[in-house]
Amino acid sequence: MNEELKMSLLREGQSARVLRIGGSGAFRRRIFEMGIVKGAEIYVEKYAPLRDPIEIVVKGYHLSLRVEEAADITVELMTPEKAA
Amino acid sequence: MNPSVITIALAGNPNSGKTTMFNNMTGAHQKVGNWPGVTVEKKEGRLQRQGIELRIVDLPGTYSLTPFSIEEIVARNFVLEEHPDVVIDIIDASNLERSLYLATQLREIDCRVLFALNMADMAQARGMKIDAEKLSELLDVPVVFTVGNRGEGVEELLDRAIELARQPFREPKGRRVRYSPDIESAIERVQRWLIENGSGRIPYAPRWTAVKLLENDAVVRKNVFAALDAPELRETLESLINEERAYIEDRYDDDPEIVMTDERYGFIAGIVKEVVSVSTRKRVDISRNIDRVLTNRFLGFPIFIFLIWAMFELTYSVGEIPKGWIEAGVDLLKTLFERQLADGWFKELVVNGIISGVGSVVVFLPNILILFLCISLFEDTGYMARAAFLMDKIMHMVGLHGKSFIPMLMGFGCNVPAIMAARTLESEKDRILTILITPFMSCSARLPIYIVIAGAFFADKAGTVIFGIYLVGILLSIVTGRLLRTTLLRGQDAPFVMELPPYRVPMMKSVLIHMWERSKMFLKKMGNVILIGSIIVWALSAFPRMPQPAIEPMDAEPKAMTQAVTPEVDRDIAERAEAQHKILQTEQSYMGRIGKWIEPVFLPIGIDWRGSVALMSGFVAKEIVVSTLGILYAYGDDTDAEALSRTLAASGMTKLSALSFMLFVLIYVPCLATVAAIRRETGSARWMIFSMVYSSIMAWIIAFLVYQTGRWMGF
Repeated sequence: MNEELKMSLLREGQSARVLRIGGSGAFRRRIFEMGIVKGAEIYVEKYAPLRDPIEIVVKGYHLSLRVEEAADITVELMTPEKAA
Repeated sequence: MNPSVITIALAGNPNSGKTTMFNNMTGAHQKVGNWPGVTVEKKEGRLQRQGIELRIVDLPGTYSLTPFSIEEIVARNFVLEEHPDVVIDIIDASNLERSLYLATQLREIDCRVLFALNMADMAQARGMKIDAEKLSELLDVPVVFTVGNRGEGVEELLDRAIELARQPFREPKGRRVRYSPDIESAIERVQRWLIENGSGRIPYAPRWTAVKLLENDAVVRKNVFAALDAPELRETLESLINEERAYIEDRYDDDPEIVMTDERYGFIAGIVKEVVSVSTRKRVDISRNIDRVLTNRFLGFPIFIFLIWAMFELTYSVGEIPKGWIEAGVDLLKTLFERQLADGWFKELVVNGIISGVGSVVVFLPNILILFLCISLFEDTGYMARAAFLMDKIMHMVGLHGKSFIPMLMGFGCNVPAIMAARTLESEKDRILTILITPFMSCSARLPIYIVIAGAFFADKAGTVIFGIYLVGILLSIVTGRLLRTTLLRGQDAPFVMELPPYRVPMMKSVLIHMWERSKMFLKKMGNVILIGSIIVWALSAFPRMPQPAIEPMDAEPKAMTQAVTPEVDRDIAERAEAQHKILQTEQSYMGRIGKWIEPVFLPIGIDWRGSVALMSGFVAKEIVVSTLGILYAYGDDTDAEALSRTLAASGMTKLSALSFMLFVLIYVPCLATVAAIRRETGSARWMIFSMVYSSIMAWIIAFLVYQTGRWMGF
């Protein structure tokens, strides 16, 4: 078991697996619909120049969301071998 | 079944290449309008094929059919209520998994679906191989490979659609989403109840209705409950749904809609595993590399600012060349009519009212074309999303959303479509806020005014001054945004969940169609609003007719001739007398009277009665300000801006009052069309009035501060 952490704490270039999605209402549903579901692999592509929002790769496409929103998503860090 | 007209709806994710596909199918035969009741753009095209008329409807691009945004509601309602013969779902092959989410939702509604696997070449380049046959077999849906930007597969797609439309409808036999047993049993119970109690009355297929009711879908709920006339039926259904929802929530410890979304993705993952073989994980991704530069921590902003600046430079300086040609054309037309028509008010109406009025606006067509070309390029390449990505932090600080940046940027083109573009914002508060601050984005109709005035007073620094005016507009929108966020529109910000689509080489055809559509709006405005506005303004300035002054220029002419003055001096005298008469005429006309009456309000900001009249006429359309100035300052029968510039400079306007005038133009009440759009898009006359009053007061205050401070400082 890897350590659990908020998605917003990931660094550029790290991969992680989604464990839980917090938040509520339309935001939560939208997150799910965009493919960030439990078990989905995400890769942190980069942070915007002003450190917010964050750009991730999920299901093969690029998605941006705010750091405060990413804080609602709990992930487990994947070791580089697993992410490769 | 052999229908004579087949309706084909195009569905698909944003950036799936849907619009390109639509353009390929219909070419220039498009009709752009609005969906009834809302202002989401509706594109329709017709074509003949195999002796059948095909009506192609481009649905708004959506990620899902959950009715969150207006686009999603529109797309779903069209499929549910208008029963298109075939729905073609454009699937971005390189984005298969997410695209299939919408596809499964479409499959769940009972309609004839056809998949277009678009841009499979790109998917292949990224190391993905898709087994279309398998996909078709698994989902029991015909699949056609297409490459939208090369027009490949479009013919086959249309043939298959016709074929499908001719077949009687049958339930797809293939795999449909199967939820876990607990959920299936809940669906089963609701479905059975619907068949027993509501059959024939409920407008949709029972299973789908059951799923949507369990998901607490507001639209379906409303329609189903409206279809049940007996109150006790409504009550039983209500309690049944609540019971089943509680049952699911209890088992999964989450909202049913979330559980079901999750399971739909589980189902999709299964399909993807079977049809996609990924050959290499390491891949060259050009788009990613471009983004390493364009959204780079250090280079991102400089490049962004450069691109925006380049857009304005291009619009301003390159646009000047064709502008000169149009000016020449307008002058030619005027001379022509001047010679042909007999003297009198009709000639004046045609020459001074219509040709001068419309002419002084039509000359800006090149500038506007270039501006729209740039905006289309930003959109079609995918840079627009990056702009939102870069700007979100800043926009967020102002209490706005990164996506607000897109309507605001479009506001530089024309506020009307920009305000419409605010619909992409999901939260109503964000939408209203964006709509209210968009008019501070200086639209292209205001540009002519700056060009004339800044050109006259700031000569070679005109570009910089205009850039400054634009900046003031941006600054004001930020201040207003903050102000409203903390007062009238307090509340939670909407989530910023936005796709960053891969960069694409824009297709010339698409860009041109895009640009043309928008420019058409400008031309249409010319045809009606500006034409009528010009006539009204002319009439107000030409009536009541003033009797010819005592020393009539008409008399002066023969007298001068007998006195044998040189022809040059003679012409000079006649011209001066005529100009004198014109000024007197305007001064005592209705418009002059209104202007003089309201002048005390404008004097403290350095604008005289002629300026105030021009500003008032600008409410019809900002472009008219220039032509009104032209009429009021009676700069002769020249349409060209230079002549007006010279006259303005000669009439006592100073650099300072010119600046004040331009600032006032930037900020005060937006044009009629924009005000109407605000009313429509916010759905309330109160916001419209608020916008009008707020902007007028703001304009006056800013112009006052600038003018008075400037005077005090001795400018």
